[in-house]
Amino acid sequence: MLASLAGVLFDGFAYGMLLFLLSVGLSVTLGMMNFVNLAHCSFAMIGGYVTLTLTNSLGWPFLASLPAAFLAAAAASVVLERTLYRRLYRASDLDQCLFTIGVVFVSVAVAAWIYGTIQQSISTPPYLRGSVQFMGISFAVYRLFLVAFALVITVVLVALLEYTRFGAQVRAAVDNPRMARGLGIDVDRAFMVTFALGGGLAGLGGALAIEVVGLDPGFAFTYLVYVLIVVAVGGLGSIGGSFLAAAVLGISDMAGKYYFPWLGAFLIYLVMVGLLMWRPAGLFGKR
Amino acid sequence: MAAGGPFREALKRMTAADPAVAGPLQYLEAQVRWRRIEIAFWLATLLPFVVTPAYLQLASQIAITALFALSLDLILGYAGIVSLGHAAYFGVGAYTAGLLSKHFWGEPLSGLAAAALLSGLVGYATSHIIVRFRHLALIMLTLGLGLLLHEAANSAHFLTGGADGLQGVRIRPLLETFRFDLYGRAAYAYSLAVLFLVFLVARRLIHSPFGLALRAIRENAMRMPAIGAPSRAHLRKIYTISAVMAGIAGALLTHTTSTVSLEVLSFQRSADVLVILILGGAGRLYGGILGAIIYMVARDQFSGINPQYWYFWIGLLLIAVVMFLPNGILGGLAKITARWRGRRP
Repeated sequence: MLASLAGVLFDGFAYGMLLFLLSVGLSVTLGMMNFVNLAHCSFAMIGGYVTLTLTNSLGWPFLASLPAAFLAAAAASVVLERTLYRRLYRASDLDQCLFTIGVVFVSVAVAAWIYGTIQQSISTPPYLRGSVQFMGISFAVYRLFLVAFALVITVVLVALLEYTRFGAQVRAAVDNPRMARGLGIDVDRAFMVTFALGGGLAGLGGALAIEVVGLDPGFAFTYLVYVLIVVAVGGLGSIGGSFLAAAVLGISDMAGKYYFPWLGAFLIYLVMVGLLMWRPAGLFGKR
Repeated sequence: MAAGGPFREALKRMTAADPAVAGPLQYLEAQVRWRRIEIAFWLATLLPFVVTPAYLQLASQIAITALFALSLDLILGYAGIVSLGHAAYFGVGAYTAGLLSKHFWGEPLSGLAAAALLSGLVGYATSHIIVRFRHLALIMLTLGLGLLLHEAANSAHFLTGGADGLQGVRIRPLLETFRFDLYGRAAYAYSLAVLFLVFLVARRLIHSPFGLALRAIRENAMRMPAIGAPSRAHLRKIYTISAVMAGIAGALLTHTTSTVSLEVLSFQRSADVLVILILGGAGRLYGGILGAIIYMVARDQFSGINPQYWYFWIGLLLIAVVMFLPNGILGGLAKITARWRGRRP
């Protein structure tokens, strides 16, 4: 019983780390640029399909395809930001919502057109398969890899935004764009790089998600809800908040599916609505 | 936010439509008058009976969707409450009508009243939550409440039939005379009549001081409480009314199709009705109706193509509407006619 509980906790945490990778980019762009980008999971989908094509069709090693997924999603998000999104920075929430939902519809249709609607899977390298036993509990190697990866990303992100010159510029640009411009900071460029970073991280999350949840064109919609929950509950722009929210969400989702399967996703939505009513700006939100 | 700017702007915009009107009350009186094009439109809704009798079933679906879009327009277009989960009330109405006919009696008009009552109660209960939030939290909450209800209906298999849909819905003929058959004559007459009656109520509401207060809240949410208007009470009221209307639309769907599936509560339905309203023009009484006609007819015509590709075009359409037609088709038309009128004298 205790072993199974620990197993559920670990699986849930690993799943939560996946959600964290998928959503941290949105937390950054939404929190910093105040742009409701519902198409965030479309970038994740781009990353996923890039990895899928590279490993399954072109025979790239899995780990080598991850940077490619990051770069492809980052490039796509920069193109979209430069051409379309930037015109909507001052638009209303509703307009941003509608516009990005439109982008999701288009991306889902394009993915279905290229790859078909069936769920795709990926063959991970042998060293990421199987599981290790520790104190009577078996840990899947891939999930351990996910957890380690997410922890590294968190540390890198926090260091980047809190302790580097670039991070200071971004935070300045967000807090007071006019003042930042006055000090000679290129606010547009800071936003563009932030957006690319957010999109790229989503692409990375999408690539890593295939092994766990599979990949089909519906991905952009299915995980949008989860990602929004993580961001809304964790608080905008808070990396630590996203981390915690993703971990709680992953564990409660996994535990719910394991112990109360008849409830389905009901529990998750209930937790989200409750938390939002209690703290509308999220657990760690400032506004 | 600079207080006063948006509110004054809105009033100026409204009164500028006709230079002869002096103040808000005169403005309202000028709006209440029925214009010729409105009368022509409602007469034209009778045309399907004689021109396209084969499409009456579709026409009744359009009327139901238009009613649903109208209910969303009241909160989104007029009061500025963005909702991604309005299907919740539609679904409550649909399930109320379905369960009533399955377990008790299948008389449609009383079923309609019961659906309106129950969805109104649910709407009133949730309105207390809704009015306390704005922006992203509001969007997330409406989305969350919608998903919550969808999951609840999915889990409560004993009551709703879950994903299989509600079995055994039997609807009595309308007024014990007109049967809901395959041709859809009764269905369209029924839906159209209900749509028209609800539309009259909505029209009256919007052109009342209450409706003007709603628009003021939409334009500047901070200013209204500052001048002593009970803005939260106003919002609760309109949200409840909107929920009632959405519930009526849901009940109409149950009555005219004799089935209830889980789809009535889905996010897809919430998103579709939002697209329809935005396409037609939010904040305009006929926006939802026009959007419903265009959307449903187009979907019927293109139903042969894969639904995946249908959503490709819907996505492109949404992008285009946000970029080029911020007030929907009706807003664009109003702009063109205003420019045309301005040039003529």
